[in-house]
Amino acid sequence: MSPDIAIQVRGLKTAYGTHVVHEHLDLDVKRGEVMGIIGPSGCGKSVLLRAITGLKEPSAGEVHVFGQDVIHLQSEDISALQRLWGIMFQDGALFSNLTVRENVMVPMKEHTDLALPLMKQLADQKIRMSGLETWAGRKYPSDLSGGMRKRAALARAMALDPPLLFLDEPTAGLDPITAAGFDQLIRDLQSSLGLTVFLVTHDVDTLAVTCDRIAVLGEKKVLAVGTMDELRKEPHPWIQDYFGGPRGRGAIMGAG
Amino acid sequence: MLKQGDLLTEPTFELVGDAPQRLVLRGDWVVTALADVDRELRDGPFSTDLMVTELDLSELGGLDTAGAFLIDRTLRTLGGDPALLGASEEAQSLLHQARTLATQEEHAPPVVEEGHGFVDLLERTGRNAEHMWHEALESLSFLGATLVALSTIVWRPAKMRWTALVAVMEEAGLDAVPIIAFLSFFVGMVVAFIGATTLAQFGATIFVVELVGFGVLRELGGVLVAIIIAGRTNSAFTAQIGAMKMRQEIDAMQTLGLNPMHVIVAPRVLAMMIMVPVLTFIGMLTAIAGGMTVGWLILDINPTVFFNRLQDNVPIDQFWIGMSKAPVFGLAIALIGCRQGLEVGGSVQSLGQHTTKSVVQALFAIIVIDAFFALFYQELGI
Repeated sequence: MSPDIAIQVRGLKTAYGTHVVHEHLDLDVKRGEVMGIIGPSGCGKSVLLRAITGLKEPSAGEVHVFGQDVIHLQSEDISALQRLWGIMFQDGALFSNLTVRENVMVPMKEHTDLALPLMKQLADQKIRMSGLETWAGRKYPSDLSGGMRKRAALARAMALDPPLLFLDEPTAGLDPITAAGFDQLIRDLQSSLGLTVFLVTHDVDTLAVTCDRIAVLGEKKVLAVGTMDELRKEPHPWIQDYFGGPRGRGAIMGAG
Repeated sequence: MLKQGDLLTEPTFELVGDAPQRLVLRGDWVVTALADVDRELRDGPFSTDLMVTELDLSELGGLDTAGAFLIDRTLRTLGGDPALLGASEEAQSLLHQARTLATQEEHAPPVVEEGHGFVDLLERTGRNAEHMWHEALESLSFLGATLVALSTIVWRPAKMRWTALVAVMEEAGLDAVPIIAFLSFFVGMVVAFIGATTLAQFGATIFVVELVGFGVLRELGGVLVAIIIAGRTNSAFTAQIGAMKMRQEIDAMQTLGLNPMHVIVAPRVLAMMIMVPVLTFIGMLTAIAGGMTVGWLILDINPTVFFNRLQDNVPIDQFWIGMSKAPVFGLAIALIGCRQGLEVGGSVQSLGQHTTKSVVQALFAIIVIDAFFALFYQELGI
């Protein structure tokens, strides 16, 4: 496997009971690129994310992240690998009994032996980096709005400066201005830190602004991978509808 | 960037030169390796009048936002704005970002004055006493609201959720029969055993029948069932309703014109008022069966003799006294479970707190109600 591949998925099959979600799914994500994952609702975008991060055990196939076999890793190697990625879940999945700042400190406490004052300062820094004010760190997740929770979740995902970031629908449910700010934030972080980003989304605007390449999921596998321009030439009807529809055209014009 | 813990070079710093002080940084300044260098920098090898004019990053290994923060923090404490030497573009942008993100360090939070042990204790006692009083009042007002809801249902039975009622009756009533029967049987046995050893000293073991009869029918049967239900069903009510509250299902209900008091509370209250007496009846039967088993096996009291004596010497009033408490227990348990569920806020912690509270309050209520009943029937002379 070439060293500039961050995530390599080969022949992946996942199933819940008899319901097969993916079959013979292949996907490569290069280092330092933002890979957008799109596809119709229920096509298994989030399941793919769970399979790559080891949350869902696949029935068949292989997943390598930074050259390491995610499925067959021993527990201490898993822990080392977990340090290399940050995940932002769809609803944030912040721990509701901890303040935002404590949430951001959780991965630091688990994976580093930093002194508490430095951890607090770094957590505050990450909170500001994600676009929140420092005071938000003292709040509990339930006291924050949806958009702020997403930012807090991003701050936690970024806590250890992981080279690989998984984002599950980061802009879903945000107003267009906040969403645009979030897209820009992802782009900025990606360029200043050289991150690899695995971005599951429905938002055509997010795709246009942030993604280097886009993978379309459907029919249990990856239908197509490419830049937005390349995908627009794909004959597959769903892809045509997606980028040719009113929202798709608007986003492409906006980005162009 | 992808170096693992053991491959990292320890980050270090060194001051070079005299007149123009130069700070040289070496090694990987990344989050997992910063613990020691943070301590060294914090302990402050720098005197306050020190002026660092140059920051040499040419020998720097890896750098991430945490490292950039630490470097920036050091520079800020030193004051001045040193020139960067040999910094890569990436490092420059990280340092720039760290500087823009750095606001004034938050002032240390004001030290909360520790209360003196005794005064603190008094204060907490007072607060808790007041809190208990409020909880009692709130529970009573919830009782009122429930009665209003139930009376509306009496006038308009169409408002009643019959399916929910039957579902709760099955879940909280029928499904609890095995545990109730099992535990009551054993409690009946224990009562008979205690009686047997004491009464044997007077040669009056036959009085075990009266002991089991009065004890189980009048007090133990009902209270035992209520306590089991308080642990089993009351917590389930609070958790269910609390989870619905957290997921905004209750809000959704209200906006759709459904009254949670009708949809959630009324079926549970009614179901408990019906099922707790039924369970109490089952509990009494099995507890007597338990007492009878001990009598038969250990004390040689024939079941026929046992039942004859029970019929002759234990008036049926005792049974009715026990049964009369059951619906009240059921009402109290359901009310407390539902109220605490509706009180749940947004966090998981609050769900846990209210579930605990709910069980504690239910147990408290059962014992207090039982005491009032005992007083009441004592006055009546039954």
